[in-house]
Amino acid sequence: MVEKEMIKGWDKNEMAQKAALDIPDGAYVNLGIGMPELVAGFVPEGREVIYHTENGLLGMGPTPEPGKEDPELINAGKKNVTAIKGACYFHHADSFTMIRGKHIDVCVLGALQVSQEGDLANWSTGAKDAIPAVGGAMDLVAGVKTIFVITKHITKNGDPKIVSNCTYPLTGKQVVDRIYTNYAIIDVTENGLFVKEMAPGVDFDFLQKHTGAKLNRY
Amino acid sequence: MINKIINTPAEAVADVFDGATIMISGFGEAGSPIELIHALIDQGAKDLTIVSNNTGSGNVGLASLIEHKRVKKMICSFPRTANSTVFPELYTKGEIELELVPQGTLAERIRAGGAGIPAFYTPTSVDTPLAEGKETRVFNNEKYVMEYGIKADFSFVKCQSADRYGNLVYNKTARNFGPVMCTAAKTTIVQAKNVVELGALDPECVVTPGIFVQKVVEVSNPADESKLVAENRRYPW
Repeated sequence: MVEKEMIKGWDKNEMAQKAALDIPDGAYVNLGIGMPELVAGFVPEGREVIYHTENGLLGMGPTPEPGKEDPELINAGKKNVTAIKGACYFHHADSFTMIRGKHIDVCVLGALQVSQEGDLANWSTGAKDAIPAVGGAMDLVAGVKTIFVITKHITKNGDPKIVSNCTYPLTGKQVVDRIYTNYAIIDVTENGLFVKEMAPGVDFDFLQKHTGAKLNRY
Repeated sequence: MINKIINTPAEAVADVFDGATIMISGFGEAGSPIELIHALIDQGAKDLTIVSNNTGSGNVGLASLIEHKRVKKMICSFPRTANSTVFPELYTKGEIELELVPQGTLAERIRAGGAGIPAFYTPTSVDTPLAEGKETRVFNNEKYVMEYGIKADFSFVKCQSADRYGNLVYNKTARNFGPVMCTAAKTTIVQAKNVVELGALDPECVVTPGIFVQKVVEVSNPADESKLVAENRRYPW
């Protein structure tokens, strides 16, 4: 019998691809730092998506070729990027007008914890010696119309990241719409968490065992 | 005649006083007015409150100002980034204060300060630790947190081109906090890569109208912070 604890499920790219499939044509999208950035590589053919980066660029393109980096053209993760044809630059107050004013359609973020009600904790573990830093995460969850979270299903220690209540400081309350993990895609609804799709090798009992909140089947 | 052009960064920052609040543009190194900050280190003002998105990197620019113990308090959204060690060390030792502000709230507080709006309500940070102790109010069945506008004694801003009236254009994502910071200070000091003749900037494309700017100094070859950090440079050289 296969040792189920060893199930890996989808890899990072497959998770990113799943999220990319759910982003509609014409969407304005903000991608968080880290795994969410991979989503940009999997936009299905025939769809046009415009990427917003909160430091002042709409129409963010891929990483520049080596030697063509411009220190004044970076993304929110402070990495070198490019601007597509049709891009535009703007200042920070305008950038967060786009975010807080509900003009951005989709945001994909990482997570430390997500609760069964869609609360998100992704900026601080609350550790006393940590230097607190929040960036734009609280603005994004407060203002973007649809919030996707992309994350490993469990921590390195094997603890569930999807929980009944977040124990880490919140980024926002009842803000997450859908969670993409290496084990499953889970919708956050008014009636609780619903499993939309499971990775190969994952069954419902296994998924429930590694989730700190009640799961429901559609 | 109106001429806001100043000859050197040292002259531009000469009036900064102890205890001043200074806004410093930039998101990481993009848009950080490193030559103005270095001139301020030479000038010596201390007990400063600095409003800036980050806390600098390596031992140059804003990080060097902090390292020289000139900064009493930082108001920022993200005080730790790659190669940022100076602020975390002082903060851990309790030698510098931090007011952590969500990035969009920071931008809006500066915008409000510059626009004569003393306070406003925002949905950002509701039901999080950053809203603790703050006034909240419900509008249309949604909860909002009250935040205050911020004004400063000085803003230090980097731009691409300026004319003697103080009209400014920026470069790519180095624009970031510059335009709002220009509006929110009693004295806005700008370092421009090029100073151009009146009329050279298309009025349709001016980003910061000159009314928001008091001093402009040309720094035609500004340093790249990331290069200085990679070379382990320290200011003063």
